[in-house]
Amino acid sequence: MGKKIDEDQVRKVAKLARLELCEQEVEDFAGQLSAIIGYVEKMNELDTEDVEPLAHCLPVSNVLREDIAGESLGTEAALANAPQWDGDFFKVPKILDGGGGA
Amino acid sequence: MSSIEHRVIVGLEIHVQLCTESKMFCRCAVEFGQQANSRVCPVCIGMPGVLPVMNKKAFECSVLAGLALNCRIARFTKWDRKSYYYPDLPKNYQISQYDMPLAEEGFIEIPVGGGRAKRIRIIRAHLEEDAGKNLHTAGSFSQVDLNRAGTPLLEIVTEPDLSSGAEARSLAVELQRIVRYLGVSQGDMQKGHMRFEPNINLAITKDGQKFRTPISEIKNLNSFRALERSIDYEEHRQLDEFLETGAVLETGSKTTRGWDDDREITVLQREKEESHDYRYFPEPDLVPVELSDEWLERIRERLCELPLSRQMRYVDQYGLGEYDAGVLTAEVATSDFFEAVVACGAEPKRTCNLLTQVGLRLANEKRCGIDELGVTAEGVAELVRMVDHGRVSAGAGEKIFETMSDTGKDPDLLAEEMNLIQKSDAGELEGIVDEVIGENPQAVEDATSGGKKSKKAVGFLLGQVMQRTKGRANPKVVSEILAGKLN
Repeated sequence: MGKKIDEDQVRKVAKLARLELCEQEVEDFAGQLSAIIGYVEKMNELDTEDVEPLAHCLPVSNVLREDIAGESLGTEAALANAPQWDGDFFKVPKILDGGGGA
Repeated sequence: MSSIEHRVIVGLEIHVQLCTESKMFCRCAVEFGQQANSRVCPVCIGMPGVLPVMNKKAFECSVLAGLALNCRIARFTKWDRKSYYYPDLPKNYQISQYDMPLAEEGFIEIPVGGGRAKRIRIIRAHLEEDAGKNLHTAGSFSQVDLNRAGTPLLEIVTEPDLSSGAEARSLAVELQRIVRYLGVSQGDMQKGHMRFEPNINLAITKDGQKFRTPISEIKNLNSFRALERSIDYEEHRQLDEFLETGAVLETGSKTTRGWDDDREITVLQREKEESHDYRYFPEPDLVPVELSDEWLERIRERLCELPLSRQMRYVDQYGLGEYDAGVLTAEVATSDFFEAVVACGAEPKRTCNLLTQVGLRLANEKRCGIDELGVTAEGVAELVRMVDHGRVSAGAGEKIFETMSDTGKDPDLLAEEMNLIQKSDAGELEGIVDEVIGENPQAVEDATSGGKKSKKAVGFLLGQVMQRTKGRANPKVVSEILAGKLN
C-alpha cells in the first residue's frame, strides 16, 4: 500500500508551517502522518448519510460578550517580551513587498 | 484593418471597519491615533493559552449590514482560522469565516444617473478580525503596531458586475452611505474604515473572436479616487498588454498589483507561490453563533430607509433635482433633519435650498452636523414659510438662518430685530413708487415706449424703489404696482 502522505507533501506542509525538517524527519513524518490518516479513514466504514456535518465539537453556541472596552496592557508591558523593539514598536526584519493585510 | 472592442469587468472586495467600542475578541479599545501598541492585550497579540470571546455588537452590526445588502442571513454560522505568516498578524492566523459566512447572495443598488439604479450582486459578507500595521519608514528594519489587530471587519465580496472605475466608485460611495445610515461603521476614509480590492480584467472582441485578459487584483486601496483611477489605469494597461503580447486568462494567471498614488500607476507585486495556501480549518476556540427568529427580528427593526431609496424619493415626491437629493441624503443627520422640517409643513424645494446653501455651509464651518447647529426643525420650517409668504426675502432668509444658529432665537423675532421684514403693504409701497416715477421721467418714458429699452427701464425703476426701502420692499408687490402704473 502506497503512503497516504508522501514526502513531498510533508515538505510542503513543513514549509507552510515554517518548520525545518531533516531528511530523516521527512521520512518519519510521512510514515506517521499516513498512519494517522489511515486510522481516521476507519470512519468511512460508518454510514453517515443522514448525519449533519459537525461545525464544532461542543454542544454550545452563542458565547458572546457585550461591547465594552476595558484595560489594555499598555505599550511597555506589550513590548516587554519582544526580542527587539524600536521606540513604541515591535521591530522586525525589513518587509519588502506589500501583501499581508486582512 | 482589424476591429477591436473591449469591456471592463470588475468585482470588488471591501473591508468595512465596524464601529465597536472594543475589539472583536477582547476588550481592548478600538481607538485611532493612539500610542503604538498601547491598545493590546494577551488575546490580540496572540499569547499562548488565551481565549477569544466574540463581541456581540460586531456580530449584530454585520447581520444588519447583511440585511441592508439584501443578503440571505445564515442562522448558523461559525469561524475559521486562515493561516499565514506576516509580522502584523501575531497569532499567525486570522480568525475569519470560510465556508459558512454570515451573509450570502445579496445585492446593492448604485445610482447610474438619470434617476436609474444598477443592481450589483453580492456574493457574500463575513465577519473577521483586522491585522496590525507595518511601518516601513525606519530604514533597515520594519516597525509593527498592533493597536489595530483584532478590530472587527466586515468583508463584502461582489460579483464581477461592475463595468468601470466610475461604477466601482459609485458602489463604494453608496456603501459608505449605507453603513453610516445604519450606524454600523463611521465609514471614515481617512482612518482606513473602508478599504477596497478590485479584481479587474477585460472582455475583448477582436475580429469577431472573444478573449479574456488575465485578472489583476489591486491590493488595499483606501480612497474613492484611488479605486476609480486604478481601475481606469488597469483597463488601459491590460488592453495594451493584450495588443502587445496577446496574453489571455488561464487558470491561476491572476496577479496582484499595488497602486502607486504618486505616479498613478499599478505595480506588479511579487508573491510567494505558497502564499494563497491558507489551510483554513474551524476555529476551535470559538463556538458557533445561532441566530434565532426573535434575535434576527430585533436586528431587522434597526433597518431604516436606505439612502438611495431616499434620494430617489426626494426626486419623485418632492421634485428635487438629483444632485440636490444626493447632497441631502449624503449624511443621515442631514436627511433626517430635512425630513423633520418638511414634516412641519415646509415647502420641500425651498427647505432644500436653505439647508444645502446655508445649513450645510454653517455645519461645515462649525464642523458639526446640520442637526447640531442649534436650530430646530420647527424654526426652519417657520423661516421657510416666511420666505414663501414674502414676509422676508430669500436673501434675508439666509441671514436669519445664520443668526438663528448663533442665538437660538425664533425666525419671526429675528426678522423684526434685524429689520428684515419685507414691505408688502401695497398702500405704503404705492407712495414710494409714485415718488420714484415722479423723479425719473426719462425712465418712465423708456418703460412705456415698449421695445428693448423698456425692460431695462422697468428694472431701473424697481431698483430705485428697492434702494429707497433699503431692500426691504417685496419685489413682487412692487413689480405689480409698477406694471399697473406704467400701463
